[in-house]
Amino acid sequence: MSYKHRYIPMTEQDEAEMLQTIGAQTIEDLFRDIPASIRYRGTLPMSSALDEQELLKHMKELAGRNADNERFISFLGAGLYDHHIPVVINHIISRSEFYTAYTPYQPEISQGELQAIFEFQSYICELTGMAVANASMYDGATALAEAGALASAATRRKQVVISRTVHPEAREIMHTTARGLGLEVVEIGYAGGVTDLEQLQSAVSDQTAAVIVQSPNFFGCVEDITAIEPIVHARKGLLVVSMNPMAMGLLEAPGRLGADIVVGDAQPLGIPASLGGPTCGFFAVAEPLMRRMPGRIVGQTVDRDGKRGFVLTLQAREQHIRREKATSNICSNQALLALCASVYLSTMGKAGILEAANLNLQKAHYAASAIGSQSGCTLPFPSPFFNEFVVKLPDGASAAELNRGLLASGFIGGYDLGETYPELAGHMLVAVTEKRTKAEIDQFANRLGELV
Amino acid sequence: MKPEKALIFEMSRPGRVAYSLPACDVPESAPADYIPASMLRSKPAELPEVYEVDVIRHYTELSRRNFGIDNGFYPLGSCTMKYNPKINENTARFAGFAGIHPYQPVESIQGALELLYTLQNDLAALTGMDQVTLQPAAGAHGEWTGLMMIRAYHESRGEKRTKVIVPDSSHGTNPASATVAGFETITITSNERGHVDLDALRAAVGPDTAALMLTNPSTLGLFEEQIEEIAAIIHKAGGLLYYDGANSNAIMGITRPGDMGFDVVHLNLHKTMSTPHGGGGPGAGPVGVKSRLIPFLPKPVVAKREDGTFYFDFDRPASIGRVKAYYGNFGILVRAYTYIRTYGPEGLRRVSECAVLNANYMMRRLSNAYEIPYPGVCKHEFVMSGRGLKRYGVRTLDVAKRLLDFGYHPPTIYFPLNVEECIMIEPTETESKETLDAFVDTMISIAKEAEETPEVVLNAPYDTVVRRLDETQAARKPVLNCSCG
Repeated sequence: MSYKHRYIPMTEQDEAEMLQTIGAQTIEDLFRDIPASIRYRGTLPMSSALDEQELLKHMKELAGRNADNERFISFLGAGLYDHHIPVVINHIISRSEFYTAYTPYQPEISQGELQAIFEFQSYICELTGMAVANASMYDGATALAEAGALASAATRRKQVVISRTVHPEAREIMHTTARGLGLEVVEIGYAGGVTDLEQLQSAVSDQTAAVIVQSPNFFGCVEDITAIEPIVHARKGLLVVSMNPMAMGLLEAPGRLGADIVVGDAQPLGIPASLGGPTCGFFAVAEPLMRRMPGRIVGQTVDRDGKRGFVLTLQAREQHIRREKATSNICSNQALLALCASVYLSTMGKAGILEAANLNLQKAHYAASAIGSQSGCTLPFPSPFFNEFVVKLPDGASAAELNRGLLASGFIGGYDLGETYPELAGHMLVAVTEKRTKAEIDQFANRLGELV
Repeated sequence: MKPEKALIFEMSRPGRVAYSLPACDVPESAPADYIPASMLRSKPAELPEVYEVDVIRHYTELSRRNFGIDNGFYPLGSCTMKYNPKINENTARFAGFAGIHPYQPVESIQGALELLYTLQNDLAALTGMDQVTLQPAAGAHGEWTGLMMIRAYHESRGEKRTKVIVPDSSHGTNPASATVAGFETITITSNERGHVDLDALRAAVGPDTAALMLTNPSTLGLFEEQIEEIAAIIHKAGGLLYYDGANSNAIMGITRPGDMGFDVVHLNLHKTMSTPHGGGGPGAGPVGVKSRLIPFLPKPVVAKREDGTFYFDFDRPASIGRVKAYYGNFGILVRAYTYIRTYGPEGLRRVSECAVLNANYMMRRLSNAYEIPYPGVCKHEFVMSGRGLKRYGVRTLDVAKRLLDFGYHPPTIYFPLNVEECIMIEPTETESKETLDAFVDTMISIAKEAEETPEVVLNAPYDTVVRRLDETQAARKPVLNCSCG
């Protein structure tokens, strides 16, 4: 066997010596337990091997055919935002002690990861105002669906009420999850860009396990949680709030507004958009729900010498002990991206998160007025918004066509709301982060005005 | 021993900053002019106030208290901790991959879509399946996705099948995934050779059987030689066969789940395809299906038009729906694709050959010091039992802790559940004979220590930043955050 590869150390001599120790003639002998009838003969019809130079060239070519946010100016959000990523983050997460480690099953040699997660949990509790957070979820959308499932298990009720202002993809996953668990999902419409409270009031009943809202919602509008909370709790359902962690620099923490479960996606906290994944979901609950929380949790304890240390804890909730009684099957999470979020929050600190949130708010409102003054564009929703807002294009204008025109001018335009809200065809969702300069906003508004 | 490590919150000093933000260049108003004061934060989030050097030193010190593959041997059975190639990290960070948004016009992400399309096809070829979805974010997520498709398949035929069968050696996520997909789990015991007991299987199947979930090779490292018969039993009963791909590193290019009779398969790209585990994620768990299940795949799927352009196909009325926002963990898929292209099909076959040779070599060498409950040939991993050391008062956990003093990550312990004092070792193909020999020698010397000076093993580890931790206290009096606010 003369096959050589830079990741494989096996030499011909190693192979011979090892086979001799085993008492086998060839490697083939070690596969004698696989019946001939199911052996694959020949070469699999898949992509061929490339040497390192060719591979880099090939990957650069594929990457080069995508319009990225270094070459294009983005006004696209809809759940994934073009925020500045402090350069320290990549340096930290590129430390291979973090990125090449497994789940911290051996705490004595995993204190770094365990402490980092413990700090992540602390950050999430601080931002959300909740008592307990876990070590992360796959993303914000799956975290939201898990929240619906948890609420159902905790209340022994089968109905989940969800606002249509929640991210459409998160709602889709809630529907998929509900089919597995036999839950009923009821969607509530919106008025003025926020959840329709009258519809909500009449939908919530003694069957309602959870009411799920998002704030700022998919349209960028801030929901009035204080008005929603009594409607849910009057019927002893649980209030689930999905939130943008960046907005939490300015907006009141849902935990102080009576939320029972708070979820969201940490992507705004230093995680690249990367075609939508991987990001990092977070999940926080009020104290009484602690032992029902899905996913991993790190707890503080002491070692034999009384020294502070950290371990994975409350594992009795997890599938390797409860197996078929588990109410969630989440196993690995997004630890490396939780680390991104932690480093981001460490970097921003108390003043930075507020300042960043405020820059988003100011620039988005400037952009809204700039676009709103363009010929024929209006802002249809009167509700307060954070860094994203809906624009109604002049009659007959198509958001998809407009976006093609914008792309040709170097802009990644807003989200075409007609894709998921048929009644909002001709509406565009525009996001403005701290990265956008006044000049970029002005150019964008002008170009938009020219194209419509 | 190192002193206690401060939390970053404990390093905070009012007035320090580690951020740099642009000045506001648009006309500014008070936040309350835009958002009602009642909705604004009543109390700032108490994040630490530190400067950039604090951040760097803090996390650098944490990294030094952590063990990854780049630090040393990680023979964690069923987790496939192989070398994570550096080039994967480079390509995933190319701006054209990391800096793109899923809602961009489809013509502006054609390179990304071509990558996804090619990877779908490559994984289909590797597993012998007809089509693959890349959406699931992890292996367990893939299991659930596969089971939801199985459910939809049976329902589409007007059948109500409520039970999923798993062997007692299965991964814990299998029964959990079955539960979340709305099934009842039936566990069947293995026979004395560690294989599926065909009589037990025959007794368990019936008109209510939705699926059998199996990993092959099993978590004991054994190939189910009677897999074709198992498939026949399940299919005859009208059930489907689900392949847990956690152990795929043993069989690439040698045999394929699709050819064994499996209908649905997931792969853990963070295992078989070398994408880093990241301390517990992100992963990716693509799912492949045979043609009769294609209509139920999560939507959208990446498809190719006749003119050679790629698009997302949402027009799938029988789909189970969406399982993950956007299109899966794309950054992980870029790494997996990069890895596949460093090997090609011949190389991947060699990967499996070397992984299996390494495992058999270690099993043979360790068989004099530890009990090997299932001798013969193993695949890429094998189990041992530490029960022989119990007579000295030493348990498998103690052996694992002693290994830490020698710079190794311990093997998986106490799994699978059907082997007493279980130790499960998986060396992977990327470890050299010298590494394997040194580890085996250490394991043998620990067995000797257990016999001669058991207290040395029982008190281990000695040189780690903390010593054995009180897990009972952690669970009984949970302290789950620093309560800094």
